[in-house]
Amino acid sequence: MFDLERWQEIFETLSKNKLRTFLTGLSVASGIFILVILLGFSTGIQNGVRSQFQRDATNLVSIWAGTTTKEYKGLNPGRRIQLKNADFNAISNKYADNIEHESSFYTIWGGLVNYKNESGNYRIQGILPGNQFIENADVSQGRFINISDVDGSKKVAVIGNKVSQDLFKGEDPINKNISLYGITFKVVGVFYDPGGERDESKVFLPLSTAQLAFNGADNIRNMMFTLKMADDFDQAVAESQAVSAAIETEIKLRQTVAPDDTNAVRVNNTLEEAKKIYSLVDTIAAVFWFVGIGTIIAGVVGVGNIMLIIVKERTKEIGIRKALGAQPWSIVGMILQESVFVTMFSGLFGLILGLGLLELVGPLIESDFIKYPQVDFNTAIATVFILVFAGALAGFIPAYRAAKIRPIVALRDE
Amino acid sequence: MIEIKDLHKSYHMGNNSLHVLKGINFSVKEGELVSIMGSSGSGKSTLLNILGMLDEADEGSYTLGDVPIKNLNEKIAANYRNKFLGFIFQSFNLINYKSALDNVALPLYYQGVKRKERAEKAMHYLEKVGLAEWSHHLPSELSGGQKQRVAIARALASDPKVLLADEPTGALDTKTSYEVMDLIQGINDEGKTILVVTHEHDIAQMTKRIVNLKDGLIIDDSKVEQIRASAHV
Repeated sequence: MFDLERWQEIFETLSKNKLRTFLTGLSVASGIFILVILLGFSTGIQNGVRSQFQRDATNLVSIWAGTTTKEYKGLNPGRRIQLKNADFNAISNKYADNIEHESSFYTIWGGLVNYKNESGNYRIQGILPGNQFIENADVSQGRFINISDVDGSKKVAVIGNKVSQDLFKGEDPINKNISLYGITFKVVGVFYDPGGERDESKVFLPLSTAQLAFNGADNIRNMMFTLKMADDFDQAVAESQAVSAAIETEIKLRQTVAPDDTNAVRVNNTLEEAKKIYSLVDTIAAVFWFVGIGTIIAGVVGVGNIMLIIVKERTKEIGIRKALGAQPWSIVGMILQESVFVTMFSGLFGLILGLGLLELVGPLIESDFIKYPQVDFNTAIATVFILVFAGALAGFIPAYRAAKIRPIVALRDE
Repeated sequence: MIEIKDLHKSYHMGNNSLHVLKGINFSVKEGELVSIMGSSGSGKSTLLNILGMLDEADEGSYTLGDVPIKNLNEKIAANYRNKFLGFIFQSFNLINYKSALDNVALPLYYQGVKRKERAEKAMHYLEKVGLAEWSHHLPSELSGGQKQRVAIARALASDPKVLLADEPTGALDTKTSYEVMDLIQGINDEGKTILVVTHEHDIAQMTKRIVNLKDGLIIDDSKVEQIRASAHV
């Protein structure tokens, strides 16, 4: 293998048969190139989907109330369930060990907001401080609603970036007064939200203030909790499912709702959703691998085919070499070494070309669903070696058969 | 040098069996220049192939030098061909992507001779056949006579015991044929044992001994007065 004379002989043969060398190389290089691009985009899609999930906390449990559909303990169906502060507090206390951040919400959907002559309709929500982490909100100016705002029912507001742009037109909104249905609130902060414009068209008030100002009494519309995550994803999903099921049972008990009434109390667990999406992503990755392996097989068949043609074309040459004293195994070795060298070289070339293209084009892709397409280098190298090995294997059979041909047959004049 | 006793060879094609050599007894001494003649189908090429270890006899013994040639596997046959024999073919059988020099050097490559020494030796034999200035040309750039001279240089390169030439002039015109025969006679004059298969009488007359084959048997084996090819050139 490391015989210099042998390598000189091989390089000479390759360089004097440029077209043949080029065609073999091309089929291998393009196979690897396509595989790298495929795997790159598969990773890109996974990254894209993951980043879509980063806009809200992924371990989020939200609880909404509706109307009952089943009779229970003498109560009629069709009864509207109203969540109360007490429900939230009960859950909050009971599952304090599992809960990371928490907030209940009192929401006015299309609230009229004024600043001087500017006005607009925005979602107004009474919230608790924990909502900052639930929304993944990023406070850019001032501060978020804090616990003393809630405790003191202060008339303060935190506005989304979109609201700030619409109403203040570049003016600094901090400590300015806005008016909601004629009630004045002082702006104490502006927030960004990775969810985009829709999530930035909101005005947050302290929950207690919102309930007081808009006749909410102790009613809340919904509540959300983020749960502490176990390191292991499956374990986290299992824990999250157990806690959300327990919360659902608790609320149903407090509100006297039939345990199997799915409409009256709805508990939504994003981790469960995330699990579905991740399994979808895994499926996509599997499909890409399937296509990729198909490409490799096509490449191997291509290389094998070319090897077959090459050996056929070289039958006479092989006969001459054998007549001059070449050992059968030296013929097999020569053809294999040539093919391994060509597939290896062009495989690496295709690999570098593919990686280069991903590196170049990757950052230019502006899509929410494809981000940072890239390939694990070890995987790529492994595929090159698989191709080289399989190519050699595919080339071995015709080479072996050629070496078996007796020189008189090979040299017979046509 | 060559000792053959009671050599038989049959070819089987389906159910038909073709008995090509029917008991050949034949010996060649060192330094002889022998031509093997016969019409097509007489078995002369088969005999040469067996002598060249490209084919094996069914029966009989074959001794080359003092080495009995029997029970050859591919490996040993290749080794013996490389060490003992030089081939000259009707259609030259040069490797078309290698230069004249590299073609001549090829048997030396299979002997494990180093690159530099290979080139020197090959060049020496190219000079001997008068093609030194053509050493870096491809076979496609050479005339038929030149190609055959390269092939002769290649056959000589490994310094074999015996040269086997299968219709060496079959693809050449008369003038070129005589030039090639002149070269072969010159090599023989230096003591090399040479066997030439031919069906041309004028070529056979340029050897020292003619063996006539017919239907797989030697019908005539006689020394002749050698005609020097140089007289015709």
